[in-house]
Amino acid sequence: MATTMATKEELKERIEAGIPGARAEVRGDDGHHFEAVVTAPAFAGLSRIAQHRLVYDVFGGELGGRIHALALQTKAE
Amino acid sequence: MSDETQTQNPLRDAIDDAIRSNEVILFMKGTPEQPMCGFSARTSAALQALEAPFAAVDILPDPRIRQELSALSNWPTIPQLFVRGELVGGCDIVMEMYESGELAQLLGVEQPGGEPAQADAAQAAPLSIENRLG
Repeated sequence: MATTMATKEELKERIEAGIPGARAEVRGDDGHHFEAVVTAPAFAGLSRIAQHRLVYDVFGGELGGRIHALALQTKAE
Repeated sequence: MSDETQTQNPLRDAIDDAIRSNEVILFMKGTPEQPMCGFSARTSAALQALEAPFAAVDILPDPRIRQELSALSNWPTIPQLFVRGELVGGCDIVMEMYESGELAQLLGVEQPGGEPAQADAAQAAPLSIENRLG
């Protein structure tokens, strides 16, 4: 099973598509480790855990696997 | 095929029990004395800097611990910090809360005046990230 390498562009697109109104800045060029700052109105009123879960949910089981690590900072708008 | 609802699962029950019976518990890679991952190192260093007593569980000896923990907590990565039975977060969240003083508040301890845990983290591991599931 071939798995393509993840890219920061892919992560950005998927986060922005998966969370309504989200804007994501993603860094990381090694295909495995990424850092993202995500701003979304959907985060308002949520705990950090809940905010991070929304982002993690975009990637499901790929986190820890295909995407080894995603350091995350979330902000409500 | 995963049955998330009920527990024919002694390991998951044991994890659940550990979370409930320890006010502060950190699941990590390695031990606070010898962390095996930069994220776990920083997180345990923050707790140590606050001098908050905490239980630590090394998830590395048995890969099933991590599987069951993540199934239970619905949180994909390690470390995971629980306070009074609730998942607080992983490294990013814990460090953010440490720096803002929220972690000290949550744990009911004094925020130390000095440096955050960065000094410890620096010697524990560079910022290269090791997070493998297999």
